[in-house]
Amino acid sequence: MAAGLAAPAFELEGITKRFGAVIANDAVDLRVAAGEIRGLVGENGAGKTTLMGVLYGMHRPDGGTIRVAGRTRRFDSPLDAIRAGLGMVHQHFMLFDSLTVAENVVFGSEPARGGVFDLAAARRRVARLAERYGLEVDPDSRVGRLPVGVRQRVEILKALYRRAEILILDEPTAVLTPGEQSALFEVLRRLAAEGAAVVFISHKLREVLELCHRATVLRGGRVTGTVETARTTADELSRLMVGKKVVAPQVPVHELGATVLGVESLEVRGRHGRSALHGLDLTVRSGEIVGVAGVAGNGQSELAEAVAGLRPPAAGRVLIGGADLTHAPIALRRRAGLAYVPEDRDGTGLAVAASVAENLLMGFEGEPRLAPRGVLDAEAIDARARGVVERYAIQVSHVRDPAATLSGGNRQKLVVGRELLRDARLLVVEQPTRGVDLSSIEVIHRALGDFSAAGGAVLLISSELNELMTLADRIVVMYGGRLVGELERDNASEERLGLLMAGAA
Amino acid sequence: MDLLGLFDATLLGSLPRFATPILLAALGGLLCERAGVFNIGLEGLMLAGAFGAVVGSYFGGGALAGVGVAVLAGLALAALLALFAVTLRGNEIVIGIAINLLASGLTVYLLRSIFGVKGAFQDPAVVGLPIHRLPGVEALPFLGPLLSGHSSIVYLALAATAAIQLLLFRHVIGLRLRGVGEHAEAAMTLGVGVDRLRYGAILASGALCGLAGAQLSLGNVTLFVENMSAGRGWIAVVAVMFGRAHPLGVLGACLLFGFTESLGFRLQGLMLPSQLTESLPYMVTLASLFVFRARASRG
Repeated sequence: MAAGLAAPAFELEGITKRFGAVIANDAVDLRVAAGEIRGLVGENGAGKTTLMGVLYGMHRPDGGTIRVAGRTRRFDSPLDAIRAGLGMVHQHFMLFDSLTVAENVVFGSEPARGGVFDLAAARRRVARLAERYGLEVDPDSRVGRLPVGVRQRVEILKALYRRAEILILDEPTAVLTPGEQSALFEVLRRLAAEGAAVVFISHKLREVLELCHRATVLRGGRVTGTVETARTTADELSRLMVGKKVVAPQVPVHELGATVLGVESLEVRGRHGRSALHGLDLTVRSGEIVGVAGVAGNGQSELAEAVAGLRPPAAGRVLIGGADLTHAPIALRRRAGLAYVPEDRDGTGLAVAASVAENLLMGFEGEPRLAPRGVLDAEAIDARARGVVERYAIQVSHVRDPAATLSGGNRQKLVVGRELLRDARLLVVEQPTRGVDLSSIEVIHRALGDFSAAGGAVLLISSELNELMTLADRIVVMYGGRLVGELERDNASEERLGLLMAGAA
Repeated sequence: MDLLGLFDATLLGSLPRFATPILLAALGGLLCERAGVFNIGLEGLMLAGAFGAVVGSYFGGGALAGVGVAVLAGLALAALLALFAVTLRGNEIVIGIAINLLASGLTVYLLRSIFGVKGAFQDPAVVGLPIHRLPGVEALPFLGPLLSGHSSIVYLALAATAAIQLLLFRHVIGLRLRGVGEHAEAAMTLGVGVDRLRYGAILASGALCGLAGAQLSLGNVTLFVENMSAGRGWIAVVAVMFGRAHPLGVLGACLLFGFTESLGFRLQGLMLPSQLTESLPYMVTLASLFVFRARASRG
């Protein structure tokens, strides 16, 4: 492989970054060659994003040097980094939905004649760039209407338009379908072949092994190893990441009981008044985990919201434990045994400004044990919170700290922990492990498994096919607001699911 | 009563006069909205302009000086708003309300300390805006009274609408402004000066509101009355929403509000109680807010 011999595109040497008392990066060295695709892996809080933030001029390091193409650099802002030839594709896209692809790409460095924006030139340049790198996009489309995979291409084009030679991608596959993912890999390989250095931040070890030449593992702010992907395994990588062997929970096939959730001919209108669900039928039985696969925006969220009572159905029925709760208020659904882990963890699942203990209290504030005669008992509330924090290994220094101080994985465990505090028989859970680190995933998956083993019914909506294939007894696939397929766990494969998700089968 | 008879020269002629202050303020609000600043200080900025116009005209010896001081007054207050909202990152709503209260109190205070009067100030030395008669157009039915016989600020407001339309959708600054309003962080990562654009938008709204105030106190009448903006700045805020921050949409909304005001004015001549006719624009504003809500929740 030529990558090892090429000159380094950039070098980080002894980078140290502290946030208050926390050391996010501790004397990190990273050297990536031109033409190389480097994986950067590690758990949440391992310091990957901080490290790339330092490289991209978003954080000023407390120590260490940055060299780009052999020259020592100091970046005070992302703009400095962009000028030095860096480009970053953020996990949350930095795009303007109301503008077109061409406008988004040239934004900030627009071709203009006497201040008048030269749209024709912008379209021409973007089209040429897209063709050269095999990034298929229509320069005139409004970005807000594009699927996620195409938006990502727009982000890459933005970097290329600014002549980036070092491209950083933060969890780029988290939101992609399998087809979009392999298209992205093709593009990245092509960019590397043309001499770009690519840094690929990911949780998904299989993808890192498939795409990257080498992988650098961070743990607790330090580099624990850099390995040639051709000579390593996912097991070894995860050992480097976690420091111990991670055992994937084996979920046994459960004894199935009575139907807990019944969805009959459900019609729901979506956010834009369009019909989002077209006569959907679905049942989940006691002890069963039903996985729902689908590309985002095919009605999964509307299904969850209709069951949870956040979105009124236009027609059809929702039954929980045999009772028709189609139009019942949320409190009644909760009393009927519903627990709900929403997709939007910070917006819907938690009140991030409130403390951990307060977040765990929400929905239970009427319990006499916690609030005798309506007066909150701080001692009892904290004690109960400490119990949850311990059971789910939530890392927080004090239960009265705001939820905002927790990492993504710990926040998610907080939501799951709260919802499982109720005596629920139905758990509706959306994207339980999106942006969540490996050890938290382990905890969450075990909690879901235990819940269903105890006779609970789980409706699991996830874009992680792996997760569905590990946990779910059967997987249904949604496309265009309909169920387009159903696979038993043993028959499910990424290929078959991917085809169904694309509406191709 | 002949309903069509209502549409006489009085009604048509007063429509542009009534619509212009709201339109100018709304254009300022639109620029701020596009830059991601919710400017509810339009009312105060307009009032400062109305007062500044009378001061400038009285001491400067003419309408032009009046307009100049009106614009300066609007700019000064807008600079204060920008300082607190952009540089010091305060809450836009609180600052907007403070600006409105400040303008209201300050003009009353200055009215007394400069002119020694309470309530209203009228003086032959205050020169109003001259009226332009368009030869040829003037004699036309309907169009004549509608288009001819207005102050230059009325025509300026129409030109400003067209200019802002072009700025927003043809100019690099407009593209950046729209981007900043939609996703400031993304604009920042591309090296676009978010704060500078926001300052520009807020200052422009100050100048436009200054002009709006000058039309009120030197165009529609030639005097200053305490709190004479009378909610027009708030109506402009609604016009921005109703017109979806689009210059042509905002123009339409302002024409509607201007029309109801002139209709109320016209109906006064028909022995209807003035309390009723004067409340017409506010009732239509309220109604349009409902329509806006309904559209927004569907859209």
